[in-house]
Parts: sequence; C-alpha cells; structure tokens
Amino acid sequence: MERSGNILVLAEMVENGKAASISIELLGLGRTLADCLGTGLSAVIMGDEASEAGGELARHGAEEVLCLHHPRLKAYHPELYQQAMLGMLRSSPPRVLLAGHTALGQDLLPRLAFSLSCGLVTDCVGARVEGGEVLFTRPVYGGNALATQRVTTAMAMATVRARVGEAPPPSEKAGEVRTLGVDLPDPVRLEVTGRETLEYRECPLEEAPVVVSGGRGMGGEEGFSQLRELASLLGGAVGASRPPVDAGWAPTTCQVGITGKVVAPDLYIAVAISGSTQHLSGMSEAGKIVAINKDPDAYIFKVSDYGVVGDWKQVLPSFTAALREMLKE
Amino acid sequence: MSLNIIVCAKQVPDPEGPPSSFEIDGVERRVIPRGIPPVINPFDENALEAAIRIKESVGAFITLLSLGRSLSRAVILKAVAAGADASLLVEGDPFDPAVLDASSTASLLAAAVQRIGAYDLILCGRQAADTNAGLVGLGLAGILEIPAITLAQKVEVGDGRVRVERVLPDGFEVVEAPMPVLVTVSGELGDLRYPSLQAIKAAKALPQTVLGPDDLGIDPLSLRRLETVALEAPVRERKCRLVEADTPEEAGRKLVSVLREDKVI
Ligand SMILES: Cc1cc2nc3c(=O)[nH]c(=O)nc-3n(C[C@H](O)[C@H](O)[C@H](O)COP(=O)(O)OP(=O)(O)OC[C@H]3O[C@@H](n4cnc5c(N)ncnc54)[C@H](O)[C@@H]3O)c2cc1C
Repeated sequence: MERSGNILVLAEMVENGKAASISIELLGLGRTLADCLGTGLSAVIMGDEASEAGGELARHGAEEVLCLHHPRLKAYHPELYQQAMLGMLRSSPPRVLLAGHTALGQDLLPRLAFSLSCGLVTDCVGARVEGGEVLFTRPVYGGNALATQRVTTAMAMATVRARVGEAPPPSEKAGEVRTLGVDLPDPVRLEVTGRETLEYRECPLEEAPVVVSGGRGMGGEEGFSQLRELASLLGGAVGASRPPVDAGWAPTTCQVGITGKVVAPDLYIAVAISGSTQHLSGMSEAGKIVAINKDPDAYIFKVSDYGVVGDWKQVLPSFTAALREMLKE
Repeated sequence: MSLNIIVCAKQVPDPEGPPSSFEIDGVERRVIPRGIPPVINPFDENALEAAIRIKESVGAFITLLSLGRSLSRAVILKAVAAGADASLLVEGDPFDPAVLDASSTASLLAAAVQRIGAYDLILCGRQAADTNAGLVGLGLAGILEIPAITLAQKVEVGDGRVRVERVLPDGFEVVEAPMPVLVTVSGELGDLRYPSLQAIKAAKALPQTVLGPDDLGIDPLSLRRLETVALEAPVRERKCRLVEADTPEEAGRKLVSVLREDKVI
C-alpha cells in the first residue's frame, strides 16, 4: 500500500498493551478526513512490542498499521521516539499526521514538526476538510476564542483532544499489520534517571463517566473528602480547578482545564467553581453539567444544565445522602 | 561557576481577565483585550523563577528575552527586578503576536539568542497563555540544535548538566541532559517572587538592549507555517435549570430527584 499522502495516526499504547482509547478515536476522525480527501488511513505505533495494539488499530479502520519495534522504545523517550518516527516520515510523508493531545503527543509532535519544517496545530477540538484543505479548530486565549487554522506546508501535523473523534466500531475486515525494526541513535543526549508516580490513582479522570470537581470555594482538604465520597457513589472520579491543586488540597493529577486534564464525562458536577475559561476549556464538552455555587452570578451557571445556588457545605451533604438513598432502592 | 541563563518571556493580556474583556475581531482575526493590562505569561514567570533559584544556588547571569510588537517597560522592569541581570527586547510591528506563529517566533528568538552569545541554559514557559500552543520552546531548541526537556517542576544544575523533574500525568520523571539545554517550565515549579520597590528602582540601571525588525535580518512572514482563517467566540452556553427550595438542604435533595427525572443519574 502507498502510505505517502495518507492520513497517518500516531497511536499510543496503555499499560496493558492495548491501544489507547484516544488513538482509536483518532482513527474515526482520520477516517472522515481520509474519505473527504480521497486518501488512505494508516497508523503507526511504537514500543518494544506493539503487535497486539497494532491488531486493534487494524480492526478499527486503519488500512495499514506499522509497528515500530525496539527494546529502547518501551517507554517514551523524546529523542528515541523522534528518531524512530523521522525515518518513517521522511521515506513516506503523510499528508496529515494526527496524534493525541497527550503527554506524549505534546512533547513529540513539536519535535517532529520542527525537524521536518512542517506546520503543527496543537490542542485541536475539531478538524474538517473544506475546499480540499484540512482546517483545524483550537481554543486560544485560555478558551476565550476559537481559532480555525490551516497549515501552509505540504505535510500537516495536529494534536487532538480526547473525545473529538468518535471511535469506529471494530470490523471483521482488518487492515494489514506490519512490524518494522528501527535504527536508533546511540548515544542520546537526554537521560531518564528516575520516575515517581503518585499513589492517588482511582478511576483515571479522563475516562471516568462522572467527574465531581471542587474549586477554591471548597476551602480545604476536608471538602475534598466529601467530594470523594460523592464521586465513589457515582462510580466517578474527583477533579479540581487549579487553586485547590496549587493549595495542595488535591493532587496535581486532578486538575481539569487548559493546563490540566480535558474531560468529557456524561456528568460533571462543579462544586464551588466560578467557571473561568481556563477551567471550562477542560470540561465544557461534558454531557450534562451540574453546578453548586453560592454566587448566583457565577459564570458556571451560564454553562451548566442544572444548578443550585447555595453554600456547598449545606447543599452537598443532603445531595449525597439523597443519592445514597436513591441508589439503595 | 557562573552560568549564562536566558529566559524567554512573552507579554500577554492578563489571562485571568473576565471573558468579556477578550473582544474578538473576526474580520481581522485577532483578539482585542479590553481593559486588561499586559502581563508576563504566567508560565514564563515560572521559568524566570526557576532561573532565579539556580542563580541563588550556583550563581548565574540571567538575561530576560522578550519579543513583541510593543512591550510595556513597566512589565519588563518588574520581571527584571525579580532577579534578572539584563534584558534584550526585540520589538516592532512585524512582531505582532497575532501575525507570528510558532515557527516564525522560534526563528526570531533563535536569532536573538545568537546575539546574546554564549549560554548554558534557556528557560521558557511550557506554553503561552494566549496561543496555548506549547511549541516555541521545542522549536527554539530544534533550531539551536540543543536538547530540550519539557514541563519542568524543578530544575537543578551541576557538573555541566541539568537535572529536571518533568511533570507526568500521574507523577514525574527525572530527566538529565548536558548543557547547553533548553527547558520548558510548568506551573508546578512555583510562582515568581515579587520584587521589592528598591529592586525595581535598581533594575532601571541594568543593561537593556533593544533590537528592531531590521536587526535580526529575518522576515517573519516568510517563515510562517500556520494561518488563522477564522476566529470566533466559543459557543458553550447552556440553559441552566436552577433548582430552588426553601432551604439549601432541601435543594440538595431536590437536585437528586430532578436529575433522576431527567435520567441524568
Ligand atoms: C495560564 C493559566 C492556565 C490556567 N489553567 C487552569 C486550568 O487548567 N484549570 C483551572 O481550573 N484553572 C486554570 N487557571 C486558573 C483560572 O484562571 C482560574 O483562576 C481558576 O480556574 C479559578 O478556580 P475556581 O473557580 O475554583 O476559583 P474562583 O474563581 O475563586 O471561584 C470560587 C467559586 O467558589 C464559590 N464559593 C466559595 N465558597 C463557596 C461555598 N461555601 N459554597 C458554594 N460556592 C462557594 C464562589 O462563589 C466562586 O464562584 C489557569 C490560569 C492561567 C493564567
């Protein structure tokens, strides 16, 4: 198959060797773009062993999947991943390279774009074809404006937020999976010498069906334990605006927003959050939004479906108790 | 040992300004800030704070580098007073942030860095609060052909190397590289300290170089790789059903029944 000129999805793996959900979503978005442009859709995935995830990508619409294998690609390393991709991108340049706006995507794509002198649009919340060109939409000024941008170089790159594309259902007819060995530079300049993961790991925020978030108005750690109780009742996760994270009431992994995580749960409950654009950027795609805030003029009410004006210290306990009752029935 | 550190700092309209202060000109495709002052991009402030901490621990000469159409002397002065030793301002109409993109900005900054001369460490914010793109730091490192580490929450130097705690979605990793190196800094590093009035006064005497469009010999427009074709206000308003009751406790209970009726839960 001719890979040049295709839509190419740079896929990622999650810990159990499966393809990340965002990567499957990108195949959905990539399929739409490829059909509009009349090109093919392929995927590339890197790791020490990525065949299982590769097979998954092939079943979800990638006509060809390249698995770039090397023991040194087991964990993300900027220079090694960059080298592994560059060879492939140079020999068969895609028309568009799509990656998730993830930790990996945000670090790797700019490196690739500058190495190949091509345009990159980051943090896209939409991509469409118009007049034979791909247009990307992204929030700017902390989410106060939406810009539509086009890339003026032959190859375009984009990092795309979770839930922008829709995951195509698996199909019987799978694309071709090819495994390639790669040459890697030795030595590299960057050296990863340690790693610390936070213990606090409930349901991953980005995948939680329900997110219960607290803001500055929670006033302290104690408020967050009440949020945790509510979240666990609903089978969801706890989020936070930035001030509680800065104050240490909630771990950094909880931050929702333009510099935190982008979530799109079925239900988002915002407690004592005013609704700054930086926060809204991370959660306004939620299915339903519920706000509890004592200020009737708080902006969060303008972007919510349900609201209670009141002090959370009074509203929340009865809400949680009534919910517990309801769930018992 | 005294290191040469360059901190790149961009002026942006105060990102904490209310949504109404970001007026959108869809025809010119630019955002016009109304009634909000310019500030140093908060993540660039974090980068400057990182530089000052290094200066305190091992000694360093810090140059603040800013590029823009017109730069507020008051804003620059306050940043310099926090602990920089010199500033280089690249200023002029062609450096309008609404017209530049990451590629042209990185090229201009690279040329300015070369003007400064020898450096060991370049610090940038992880992204600017206006474009939110997160590209310039990595682009600058790419052009200068030096290694780059993103998202630092801590930066230390020693033995000609830099050691960075790099923020991950679920913790952090430690990454080391030989200098010269570029590091982009995240908010977790900590806020920039406030300068004293005395320091602000003293900062007026520190060396400041100003370069104009002709000094760098680069036509930024020729380097652009992105074009903004439309700019609009986001549509995210929803119709909010306010749950009312005699007491807040009752409102909490009522919220459960409303959500249940509507099959939200
Ligand atoms: C570059 C940049 C990036 C940023 N990134 C993010 C980001 O990713 N995520 C993010 O969230 N923010 C981010 N911010 C910060 C953002 O601009 C706001 O400052 C922040 O979101 C405000 O958080 P808040 O709504 O919790 O606090 P506030 O705006 O202070 O609002 C607190 C709310 O709590 C209410 N309240 C107080 N007490 C009670 C009570 N007892 N009961 C009920 N309600 C009560 C108040 O009425 C108020 O509405 C960023 C800022 C910058 C400059």
